[in-house]
Amino acid sequence: MKWGVVRFPGSLDDNDALYALAEVMGQEAAMLWHKDTALGGAECILLPGGFSYGDYLRTGAIARFSPIMRSVEKFAADGGLVIGTCNGFQILCEAHLLPGALTRNRTLSFICERIHVRVENARTPFTRAMRQGDILALPIKHGEGLYVAPEAELRDMEEHGQVILRYCDAAGGESEAANPNGSMRAIAGVANDRFNVFGLMPHPEHAVEAMLGGTDGRKIFESIAARA
Amino acid sequence: MTMPVALPGEPRVDLEQARAHGLSPEEFARVERILARTPTFTELGVFSVMWSEHCSYKSSRKYLRTLPQKSELVVQGGPGENAGAIDVGDGWVAVFKIESHNHPSYVEPYQGAATGVGGILRDIFTMGARPIASMNSLKFGSFAHPRTRYLIGGVVGGIGGYGNCVGVPTVAGEVMFDAAYNGNILVNAFSLGLARAGELWSAKASGVGNPVLYVGSATGRDGIHGASLLASAEFDAESESKRPTVQVGDPFTEKLLIEACLEAGRTGAIVAIQDMGAAGLTSSSSEMAARGGLGIDLDLDRVPLREQNLTPYEILLSESQERMLIVAQRGREAELQAVFEKWDLHAVVIGEITAGGRWRARWRGQIVADIPAVALADDAPLYDRPAAAPPARRAVFAQTRRADPAPAVALRAMLSNPNVASKRWVFRQYDSIVQGNTVAGPGGDAAVLRIKGSRRALALTVDSNPRACALDPYLGAVATVVEAARNVACTGAHPVGITNCLNYGNPERPEIMWQFAEGVRGLGDAARALGAPVVSGNVSFYNETEGRAIPPTPTIAMLGLVTDIAHRVGSHFRRAGDEILIVRTAAPSLAASEYAAMYGDAGEGLAPIDLERENALLEALVAVAERGLISSCHDVAEGGLAVAIAEACFDPEARLGAEVDLRILGRADAVELFGEGASTVVISAAPSDCAELMRSFTDRGLNAYRAGRVLSEPRLALAPVVDENVTELYELYEGALPRRLQSHD
Repeated sequence: MKWGVVRFPGSLDDNDALYALAEVMGQEAAMLWHKDTALGGAECILLPGGFSYGDYLRTGAIARFSPIMRSVEKFAADGGLVIGTCNGFQILCEAHLLPGALTRNRTLSFICERIHVRVENARTPFTRAMRQGDILALPIKHGEGLYVAPEAELRDMEEHGQVILRYCDAAGGESEAANPNGSMRAIAGVANDRFNVFGLMPHPEHAVEAMLGGTDGRKIFESIAARA
Repeated sequence: MTMPVALPGEPRVDLEQARAHGLSPEEFARVERILARTPTFTELGVFSVMWSEHCSYKSSRKYLRTLPQKSELVVQGGPGENAGAIDVGDGWVAVFKIESHNHPSYVEPYQGAATGVGGILRDIFTMGARPIASMNSLKFGSFAHPRTRYLIGGVVGGIGGYGNCVGVPTVAGEVMFDAAYNGNILVNAFSLGLARAGELWSAKASGVGNPVLYVGSATGRDGIHGASLLASAEFDAESESKRPTVQVGDPFTEKLLIEACLEAGRTGAIVAIQDMGAAGLTSSSSEMAARGGLGIDLDLDRVPLREQNLTPYEILLSESQERMLIVAQRGREAELQAVFEKWDLHAVVIGEITAGGRWRARWRGQIVADIPAVALADDAPLYDRPAAAPPARRAVFAQTRRADPAPAVALRAMLSNPNVASKRWVFRQYDSIVQGNTVAGPGGDAAVLRIKGSRRALALTVDSNPRACALDPYLGAVATVVEAARNVACTGAHPVGITNCLNYGNPERPEIMWQFAEGVRGLGDAARALGAPVVSGNVSFYNETEGRAIPPTPTIAMLGLVTDIAHRVGSHFRRAGDEILIVRTAAPSLAASEYAAMYGDAGEGLAPIDLERENALLEALVAVAERGLISSCHDVAEGGLAVAIAEACFDPEARLGAEVDLRILGRADAVELFGEGASTVVISAAPSDCAELMRSFTDRGLNAYRAGRVLSEPRLALAPVVDENVTELYELYEGALPRRLQSHD
């Protein structure tokens, strides 16, 4: 599968995502520049983590106006696969490609640690190589990952299976302690209603090598790449 | 030549004005001699920053020259460039340095700490190296002090806020709390980068007629006199008013600057480059010119400004952040400008390299400064200040010894002591994994970073031991170097290079100068004995408030080299049934220990350190790691052996226990449990390997004991005096710091 990783000014996990896809997973992957509009024939676009434009206004608020986002929006509207991790998730919410918003962590501080998420819907292009209820160990590193949405919208999303990942403990149980940033309904990752756009706060690209602490992130990339 | 003239409205320059700028009467006379006239106000400002202690090292240089700076691996060591560099093999060079940002962080903790991180990063990428890891060493006052919680929150927030946003992982660090730092905290920031061998950039100008490019952020009024008035003077009640001398950081621009500079370097059009750090445009331009034996003409009207009406004095002395000065190959400036434009950064030609060695600044059609470049960069007066040991050595931390509590009670208290307890509350706020190289992050003996495409890996640690340095500034410095080396050796890495941040009080006091001289002597002796040269560093004097100096605090960052990442060793026990070995070079002691700080001091002095035995331990640790003989290895540090064994059980992913018979070591008392003096490690290994392991240590003359085994259940037994539940101890250890931060006692 052909991947495009978008580099915004202030993107930080762009090289890591490219390395994970190309060097570790053996995928065809290229970097895309935010000032360009061409997507280079990519079949999946990845918006990486970081602090695009410094995130001085609201996370992702400026990046959504980058020239390349016009192309990404059109690509998504045409059914193309888009995945946003961390800042990428924030940008997708700002661009209204995903429902809800991400606000400051409950602790009001940045959190970098390995957490667990449960796969809530395995019938999506992003989770098809897994089973519902599977538990993934993935790192998070963000200051603004508290997922919020209006109650009615949350109910709607749950009904349609758009909540893809939920924070949990190592055994799969939900608790306050297992919800690192205080997200509503412990939501860690969501999809749009057409299931071609996916955003998540954890970093699958930082969980692809055993030497660096785990390989569960591969399952997400494998799911996408397995799209037949 | 046009003589610089006073500008309308400028203050008169006289001795009083020179004093207000921090220059002594002798220094002012020296300036007048060099210029053969009285300096203009602008020139006075320029001399005052360049000759400040912070920029000129005028009190320390005599001593720093004695440090070992070379080895077969050293590519760049000692003064002359922005950071030191060591060949780590497979075509890579590690570039690293540590620097203090103590006073700014006390005055304005968030920005002070943030710009400390930003400044040290620029010292790394100005060498052509991509920064891949940061560390920091923090010293705060006691929790009883009203300012401590505010400072902790600000400093940790600032380090995270800057480091996280710039995409360089913070992989290790140390944090200590003690009343001795109530009035003067320490914030020492370290950064390391990787460059291709043979492709380091220089900070030495060459080529008369080559253009000088200003790149990065615009210049504002922030940070003026940060180096001279803030960093090179003691604190007093007025220090709060110096807040405007603290710079403000913009990590987003720094990130762009990193990418743009590294990309610009690939054009081959950069002749020389330097960060506009302390003393800003003045230091970067005069130092680059002086190194090349050349001069420089600056046109201040072309400097990008954040606001109008900055005076030449302000433009030259501003310490606005995220700015670099580049000497470009003539005719190729457009190539460089295109790169910076791509990253939306300023890149303006503001001057050119000249013959004749004059450092000249022009503003609105007239010359405002005309000074020999070497006079600014190299001709600061060198001082051989009087140094004298105090009549009676008094330990800063001394108090009388109270009765020993029961061992289990002391262990619980020790694990709840913020100096010993987990620092997760701190390092959880730092991105420690970005760039995808962090094999071992914060919380262990040393961080370990892989090098992509190579079997090799780097180990990093930062250490200090002010309690030991307060008792004996020489032995304390030796102990600090040895501990740092042992920390990297515990991971299986050869200690190969040191950068140091020497934090002391006012050098104009003989006792402080003596502490400093002894500290440098200890650092040099230890570095030579261990074969780990000191390739870069920084001196921070005047760490005192109203006459009370901090304890001598040399901070040592050590680079270790792992020859094969497969042989990397962690600090946690891994397998139930493994045997536990204790290896050490000498007998422990409670001198300068956390235990003594909690329960009082019996007046012991530090025992001498046998550097040959220390080296033997380091070599043995690396050898057994490389032969794959050990499962884990953990250094005994704050809190002693009991804490080290407990920590080895504290793997967040597994919950094992340990059973150790202290009687095998000698005696089961507080000295054995909590003593710190001796270099000691706790090793676990498969029983079948233990006979061979023991030989590896005893053949080298080291004391080694088969003292226990790893248990499958969470029980910590230190027979015959401690038998505790590991899960309970772990909760104390993890919860202690958050509890202290939330409580108001």
